[in-house]
Amino acid sequence: MLVTILNILIAGLLMGGIYALIAMGLSLQYGVARVLNISHGEFLMLGAFITWMLYTAFGINPLVSLAIVGPIIFIIGFALHRTLFRSLQTSSPSPGVFEGRSLLAAFGVLFIIQNIALAIWGADLRAYSYLARGVNLAGAVFAANRLVSLLFAIVIGVVFYLFLVRTRLGKAIRAAAQDPAAAGLMGVNINQVLALCFGLGALMAGLAGTLISMWYPINATMGLGYTIIALIVVALGGMGSIPGSFIGGFLLGLIGSIVTYIQPGLALAAYYLLFMLLLLVRPTGIMGK
Amino acid sequence: MDIIRGIFKKSFVPGLISLILLVLLATLPVYGSAYNVILLTAILMYVIITVSWVIFSGPTGYISLAPAAFFGVGIYTMAILGKTLPLLSVVVIAGLITFILAFLVGALTLRLRGIYFAIFTFGLVVLIQQLLLFWEINITGTRGRFVVLIDNTTIYYVMLGIFVVLMLTTYFIRRSKYGLALQSIGENEEAAAHMGVNVTLVKVITFAISAIFMGAAGAIMATRWTYIDPYVAFSPLYSFLPVLMAIFGGMGQLYGPVLGAAIFAYLEEILITKFPYYYMLTFGIILVVVILYLPNGLVGLVQKWRKGGKAEQHANT
Repeated sequence: MLVTILNILIAGLLMGGIYALIAMGLSLQYGVARVLNISHGEFLMLGAFITWMLYTAFGINPLVSLAIVGPIIFIIGFALHRTLFRSLQTSSPSPGVFEGRSLLAAFGVLFIIQNIALAIWGADLRAYSYLARGVNLAGAVFAANRLVSLLFAIVIGVVFYLFLVRTRLGKAIRAAAQDPAAAGLMGVNINQVLALCFGLGALMAGLAGTLISMWYPINATMGLGYTIIALIVVALGGMGSIPGSFIGGFLLGLIGSIVTYIQPGLALAAYYLLFMLLLLVRPTGIMGK
Repeated sequence: MDIIRGIFKKSFVPGLISLILLVLLATLPVYGSAYNVILLTAILMYVIITVSWVIFSGPTGYISLAPAAFFGVGIYTMAILGKTLPLLSVVVIAGLITFILAFLVGALTLRLRGIYFAIFTFGLVVLIQQLLLFWEINITGTRGRFVVLIDNTTIYYVMLGIFVVLMLTTYFIRRSKYGLALQSIGENEEAAAHMGVNVTLVKVITFAISAIFMGAAGAIMATRWTYIDPYVAFSPLYSFLPVLMAIFGGMGQLYGPVLGAAIFAYLEEILITKFPYYYMLTFGIILVVVILYLPNGLVGLVQKWRKGGKAEQHANT
């Protein structure tokens, strides 16, 4: 009984780590850059495929790939904001209009990235074997790669949070989240900061992709499912709240793991049910104001 | 007299064009090929979903991603009842069921604003899809269902009928006091409430009315597909496409969404047959380009062209 509970608990935390990272990324993109980035999961997919390619073609350790995937995805995200979303921002008459237009533009980006990936890598499931030996944790056995992934997810999440809270740049980002106009008047280069946030958000998704590819089969159409989960987590944790997203991610992972244990076919339905109930009872999320 | 003449003059040309178009559409099976009838059925389906989406989301600004849910409920109504009841009554029942569903969902959720409403309505699609899949696999023991076979001309005429009723409904809503109330909710909900508009009631009723047509279109389209499963019936694409088509056409005028959906649906058909592998890629590129360079849709473009530089200020309001 105890082993079963531990099993469910750790399986939930493993998935939760990934959810937490993508949700923090999305929260940054929506909370600061005001882009509800529906193509968020595609960056996770890109990260996963780059890692897979580096591992199968060059034998590069996935943990080393973190340092390669991160900058690549960051640059793509940064450039995307500088060109597409920046120009939408200038052409939109109000923030509300910008939100609608950027949502639709993000749909376009989703289709473009996904189909380029399909053209390059095809629609098959891909996987590689890395650290696939079992580790015994108080009677429950887990693959070592999953535990390493969880560890790295926590470390990345905490480092990211410290970056936002402790550094000067993090302060500029938080200022931009509260009031972009006032932040601009205080000497924050607002366009730079917004693009930076979008790039960092994409980077978080890319890193999550690298981690997930270590223990889960990947394919080119996996992105949207993770985007939806990230949306749920962000709503769960409160829009724009980074710690909320972090905790919300783990919470959702745990709930998913419990439901999967009882009835595997209903995990996704349970996420939505929970999310819808939460929206009705507390529309601002657990950590929202 | 002048006013009457003015109204007559103003609505005479669009009315005449609509009438000619309707006659052309109604006689299509006589002079058109079987392929044309099937193509037009698909185009009409997209036009119906898009226009009914605009009835609610256009004036109020609430982005509903529920169309796929209502459309799918219509499809399943036909799959379950199609073999025992006459065709038209199933279409009507599908409309009624979606009306009730939308009414309940609307009553529950329309106090959510902006992005929350969009995510919630999208959640509805996946929730129904997953629960249905679970039900079909574990209780019914199959994954999909076969739908009753109907000939293509009948499907076409039912679709055309739904389209005509929808256009009349949309026209009268826009013209009525009720349409004005919707518009004022979109501009400022609190002010509308203070002016004596029963905000909740107007929103919920409009949301439910717009769903009727999606359900009816789904019911008749199911007979065209013959085999369905939860993934086909509740594909999220049916939630996104109407939004894209409406933006592409422009929502300011009645003809905008019609034009947007018709062109987009035709484009889809061409792209799928000519470039099956790059169809979604092309679609994405078109979408980004349209948002960047044509944010007010085709209507915005037409207005700009007709009024010169003056339309620039009005187009955004």
